[in-house]
Amino acid sequence: MIRLAWRQFRTEAMTGIGALVVVAVVLAVTGPHIVDVYRASPSQLTSTDHGLQIALMAALLVVPALVGIFFGAPLIARELESGTFRLIFTQGVTRARWLLVKLALVGLASSVLAGGLSLMVAWWANPINIENANRFSLALFGMFGIVPFGYALFAFALGASTGLLSRRTLPAMATTLVGYVAARLAVTFWVRPHFAAPLTNSFALTANSQFGFQGSPSGLQVVVQNPSIPNAWVLSTAVADRAGHAPTTAFLSKACPGVVGGAQRASVGKGAVGKGAFLGQMQQCFTAIAAKFHGVVTYQPASRYWSFQSYETALFVALALVLAGLSVWWVRKQLT
Amino acid sequence: MTAAIETAGLTKRYGRRVALSECTLSIPTGKVVGLVGPNGAGKTTLLHLAVGLLEPSAGSVKVLGHTPAEGPEQLGRVGFVAQNTPLYAAMSVTDHLRLGGWVNPTWDMALAEQRIQHLGLDPHQKAGTLSGGQRAQLALTLGIAKRPELLILDEPVASLDPLARREFLRALMAIAVEHGVSIVLSSHLVADLERVCDYLVVLVAPRVQVAGDIETLLAIHHRLSAPRRDGLRLPRDWEVIEKSDTERQSTLIVRHDEPIHDPAWTVEQLDLEDLVLAYMSRAAGSGAQTPTLVGAAR
Repeated sequence: MIRLAWRQFRTEAMTGIGALVVVAVVLAVTGPHIVDVYRASPSQLTSTDHGLQIALMAALLVVPALVGIFFGAPLIARELESGTFRLIFTQGVTRARWLLVKLALVGLASSVLAGGLSLMVAWWANPINIENANRFSLALFGMFGIVPFGYALFAFALGASTGLLSRRTLPAMATTLVGYVAARLAVTFWVRPHFAAPLTNSFALTANSQFGFQGSPSGLQVVVQNPSIPNAWVLSTAVADRAGHAPTTAFLSKACPGVVGGAQRASVGKGAVGKGAFLGQMQQCFTAIAAKFHGVVTYQPASRYWSFQSYETALFVALALVLAGLSVWWVRKQLT
Repeated sequence: MTAAIETAGLTKRYGRRVALSECTLSIPTGKVVGLVGPNGAGKTTLLHLAVGLLEPSAGSVKVLGHTPAEGPEQLGRVGFVAQNTPLYAAMSVTDHLRLGGWVNPTWDMALAEQRIQHLGLDPHQKAGTLSGGQRAQLALTLGIAKRPELLILDEPVASLDPLARREFLRALMAIAVEHGVSIVLSSHLVADLERVCDYLVVLVAPRVQVAGDIETLLAIHHRLSAPRRDGLRLPRDWEVIEKSDTERQSTLIVRHDEPIHDPAWTVEQLDLEDLVLAYMSRAAGSGAQTPTLVGAAR
């Protein structure tokens, strides 16, 4: 059965491996050069270098979805569409075994493909990222580490099971894309922040803190720039007094009479103000706020990066296994 | 002896639609069985139930004494060629033979290769580019090279031209003789089955109308004709399958286990097509009419 599964997956597998090899060559050729240039002077990176960087990041973002769409969705749907499931279900292997072998082989390949690509790009981008980027940030967390393995496995299982239920390849592909994006967004914004209770730090507002105002339904808010916590994932930053309350609109209009009226139109940064008078008023306003309030930042520290990677990977692998289990049950009991 | 296919009250519903109703059959092994009925009669449903592609809504079906598709062993004992002979279009003839070996522990590669060679198929040709007749032959090769005890074919010749049809049926007969395998094939054309079958099941949605050895069936059904007269009374043990009157003459198709020697009637031998048509028109005329006349051969 494993030989049949491989025979049917051969073309896709070769395409995937081919693409991976091409990327590997490009990375091997450009990697050392980019690092040299970057070390010497980052401004000398050409637009081609930047383009390559962006293309690779984009690839890391979409590859798990692609394996779901192109490896997962057709896996069963194509057999159902063409009627060949009637051929294979009446041979000497049980349906459950047929599906398990296919899921295991192609699922593993999906995971290795997406994870392998991520590792390669991580190697290539590492010298830059170490100095420049926060791997715990929302933008990068899902691209590196071990999560791509889990994402790809999940996307693949999602594709396979929607293909099984819809019995048609194209709708399954579309559903897989939508479902994968939805799952990623939901986990990123609703689940990942709760893997561990965030830490909270208070920091004094200083003359260097960039701050501004922001209108919100509950009134005017003071916003300050995130303090620098290396490689941490900052969840929120707020301004509060000793009792933990944010400045009230009443307080603000008293402390900053000239500023607040105009502030509601837009967030105003320190450097963005041209007029001297306004700048003076801002300074006054800020001193008044800093005397009574401090900044509060909630964050996940850098030391939690790998445990968060593990939790998120485990979550997606578990989802993939659930989908695979449901698919096997469906193929055994419901599929006709 | 274990029956090739044994069903009891076998029923399959799709939502509200009843595709097969209360089917009770016992098809012996060692036969070439024709399953005949109009399109949509439930033939495919019955065959899919027998190979485990479908699960019954009610009743039971046993194939060679076991539940269909209950495990690899049972799957290996029953060969199946589905309607329209599905094959992997992108795979070559050779690939299909290899595939057969990969998924069947009892695969007979020598037999498969010999058949392909005998048929003159190009082993490297993709299945998607084969003609209908060649596809059917390849599918049949897959079905037989796993060395089943029972081979089931769903409308195997429906899409073939007359020549390919004849060749296919000839191949099927040769297989039945050489390998001693029981065969069940369905068709909506009696002519296809007449040539190869020795056992017949007539299915008109959603019921089995009659089943039995063809020889026996022909012996116990009679066409009677006589000048038309009123107040016709027939012996009680004659079962009238079809009755048609013209102004002058009455014609009956009667089931009666003994030969009929009634001087009032001219008795003629029926051919298989007439017999099948009689049951079909009876079923069409009275959808709700009861049973299922079964097991003429028992």
